[in-house]
Amino acid sequence: MPTVSMTVNGKSVSAEVEPRTLLVQYLREHLGLTGTHVGCDTSQCGACVVHVDGESAKSCTMLAMQAEGSDVSTIEGLADGDTLHPMQEAFRENHGLQCGFCTPGMVMSAVDLVRTNADPSEQEVREWLEGNLCRCTGYHNIVKSILAGAKAMQG
Amino acid sequence: MTDTGIGASVRRVEDKRFLTGRGNYTDDIDQHGQAYAWMLRSPHAHARLNNVDTAAAASAPGVIAIFTGADMAADEVGGLPCGWQIHNKDGSPMNEPAHPPLAVDKVRHVGDQVAVVIAETKAQARDAAELIAVDYDVLPAAIDMNAALAGASAVHDDVPDNMCFDWEIGDKDATETAFSGAAHVISIDVVNNRLIPNAMEPRAAIAHHDSSTGHYTLHTTTQNPHVIRLLMGAFVLQIPEHKLRIVSHDVGGGFGSKISHYAEEAILTWASAKVTQPIKWVAERSESFMTDAHGRDHETHAELAMDADGNFTGLRVATKANIGAYLSTFGSSVPTYLYATLMAGVYTTPAIYCEVKTVFTNTVPVDAYRGAGRPECTYLLERLVNKAARETGIDPVEIRRKNMIQADQFPYQTPVALQYDVGDYPTAFNTALQAADYEGFAQRRAESESNGKQRGIGISTYIEACGIAPSAVAGALGARAGLYESAQVRVHPTGSVTVYTGTHSHGQGHETTFAQLVSESFGIPADQVEVSHGDTGEVQFGMGTYGSRSLAVGGPAILKACNKVIDKAKKIAAHILEASEADIEFTDGVFRVSGTDREMAFGEVSLAAYVPHNYPIEEIEPGLDENAFYDPLNFSFPAGCHICEVEVDPDTGVIDIANFTAVDDVGRVVNPMIVEGQVHGGVAQGIGQALLEGCVYDDAGQLLTGSYMDYTMPRADDLPNLNVGTQSVMGASNPLEVKGVGEVGAIGSPPAVINAILDALAPLGVDDISMPATPSKVWQAIQNA
Repeated sequence: MPTVSMTVNGKSVSAEVEPRTLLVQYLREHLGLTGTHVGCDTSQCGACVVHVDGESAKSCTMLAMQAEGSDVSTIEGLADGDTLHPMQEAFRENHGLQCGFCTPGMVMSAVDLVRTNADPSEQEVREWLEGNLCRCTGYHNIVKSILAGAKAMQG
Repeated sequence: MTDTGIGASVRRVEDKRFLTGRGNYTDDIDQHGQAYAWMLRSPHAHARLNNVDTAAAASAPGVIAIFTGADMAADEVGGLPCGWQIHNKDGSPMNEPAHPPLAVDKVRHVGDQVAVVIAETKAQARDAAELIAVDYDVLPAAIDMNAALAGASAVHDDVPDNMCFDWEIGDKDATETAFSGAAHVISIDVVNNRLIPNAMEPRAAIAHHDSSTGHYTLHTTTQNPHVIRLLMGAFVLQIPEHKLRIVSHDVGGGFGSKISHYAEEAILTWASAKVTQPIKWVAERSESFMTDAHGRDHETHAELAMDADGNFTGLRVATKANIGAYLSTFGSSVPTYLYATLMAGVYTTPAIYCEVKTVFTNTVPVDAYRGAGRPECTYLLERLVNKAARETGIDPVEIRRKNMIQADQFPYQTPVALQYDVGDYPTAFNTALQAADYEGFAQRRAESESNGKQRGIGISTYIEACGIAPSAVAGALGARAGLYESAQVRVHPTGSVTVYTGTHSHGQGHETTFAQLVSESFGIPADQVEVSHGDTGEVQFGMGTYGSRSLAVGGPAILKACNKVIDKAKKIAAHILEASEADIEFTDGVFRVSGTDREMAFGEVSLAAYVPHNYPIEEIEPGLDENAFYDPLNFSFPAGCHICEVEVDPDTGVIDIANFTAVDDVGRVVNPMIVEGQVHGGVAQGIGQALLEGCVYDDAGQLLTGSYMDYTMPRADDLPNLNVGTQSVMGASNPLEVKGVGEVGAIGSPPAVINAILDALAPLGVDDISMPATPSKVWQAIQNA
């Protein structure tokens, strides 16, 4: 089996994997980073969104081998110790989550939105989320959270 | 005094672990040495199962074992049971054909389980499953309900006409009389579209059997772990409770789809005793589409009788409800007692008769989905009322106002079994009209028209019965178990508290809301309280979470246990303070001898309960740990009014929801932030049903909407911001005065949306549209008008 190496949440990791191993499987099953979720099998739901070299990516839609040498960050690496990232804090403050299953993907996606658009409008947030499904919140409070999180990230 | 009690928007305790990726969902759990299961599923909707040849698969790499229905039958494994018995019009019980966990003689829907492959890795199990050779004799499929009733093909050989039951409620003669004297009769045919629940977390399970002790442990994605223990242990696998533990930690949404006892739970648990390793199974989303219980799927013809003044005098309803291939756990209750008992709605209709024919088809079983029966009823009623307004020329507001039960008419006995306890429908109605600026609509419509758009406004009122369930009533209606709830409140020596509840949180935030109840009761901060749920090894008993029952049934159980704790703590305080128990007051977390400054804090009393030097052990048992069970007096009856305003582009059929207003009476609100969130989510699912979602099978029973590329889930840019509020009359069925909020959004919203669209399109001559009202359907309706 081939060896894959990358940096995940600031740590160098390396493992032998079957070539067909998806990045999300590598994160969950090899590294035990179970915060990244799998909600579908067609790359639609976005529960698996992580950052690869700083950009959001659906980890169910790339092979672990494709992340060779990359810098990957997951929801587990977002907070600063016990202090939540401003986007995480905004979701908590604005009740932007209910069952929590889509949440890691939502938060990682939202952080990437703010990276590319520091002051998004409500409509831009809604359109950005086309690749992230939530069944609990009706998105109302997710949108509110992301708008608040974007402000806080600027502050 | 605490600011984390009832009424505070306390931020959720749950959130930090979910936000940092430290949730503990079933698929996040791995057990040492676990194997993986893959379900071989039927590609056919209906076929005779001749031979399942597993020889080649058994020798594939990594394969540990393969089991088929014959193996389970040889072990005399029971069928999956149904929890609610319905009787036919003639008094005979419903047809309950066998539901083997792994198919035996026939497969009855695409996705039916044929074999389970257990291997060292998931990939190996899946690869090996492809080597299983199944000899099917494909049979004609019964998909359409009318064809099924006409005997197209018998889903179950012992039910040749596919009729599960033919049921009725109400006074048929009185209703006929009402119609014979009616000045107007309004009739309507509606389809309540079949929905696929799609909780974001796919179902999953891990089973482990310890052969040294005989213990089984099943981690599973369920809304009701004790119900699974009861059903699977007693009816399917004959495992006594003390040897069977069901664990359901964090669950990623349910919406009813995780109530049912599913075949995979029984298959894994049974198989775990056949192999020596724990077995894990996680559904792929495509499996969820074809095996999670679906929702809705009714066809209804209804007629409303009115007198010359526009008063409703009679309602006659005939519904065909699709039950799918098998009777699921609560499948039979949904189109009956959760549906037709609400046919009065918020109106004074004096005579009502409803008959329901429930039909087996070669489709996934249909069971509870958010609202379960009540959205189907509300959609029918509110479409019918709007049609009545249109045909009689009475304003849609006035026709509702005229027929509405008034605040001084409670308790109100409906003609369809239920007695509404309290409510004030006109006030909530007026509040909603104001919040939606109903008066200003004409101007907004004119503005839209000047932009080439059609604008419409749609109203829906609703009532639901929830807080399931008053056990005696439920039993009289056919429930095979009482539906009370338990709580255990354990005060630890230094005054912190663990609450054990038999309800289950899968997004509702019970860890926060229930902590608030204890905070209020004991006068301690909510962060001193931890809520435990979802493990039959920790929680004594419970019936889980569905039917908006957690706070309405589980909450009072907690309150009752808290009161027992306070009663006992007063005795302890009285002893230590050397006072009479009758003189001990408890306020704001302090036990005080009345009229004195002698007092003990809550934590001092709890410490004295466990580790005292001076304790009357002969008189008072040490410890501060109380159990309580609660059975509600009646269902609770949330009600309200939803108003939707749409703008339709007549050139494209695209619908834009310009405003959505929901005013709901949910009784006492414990956490306003969470209540609003529940309404948001329910409304989103209702808008999804009205505009986007619909399960489609082809005539052969192939599921055409089997992925997120085919089944339209609401996305963020499909939905508007929602204007939600509460206008509550305190509940009367329980001491917390709560009513329930989980389902109201999904119940009230679909007819509001469709009525708005029809209002927008009425000037173009469109008088009917079915759900989901997609742009192509709307455009076509405009062309056909």
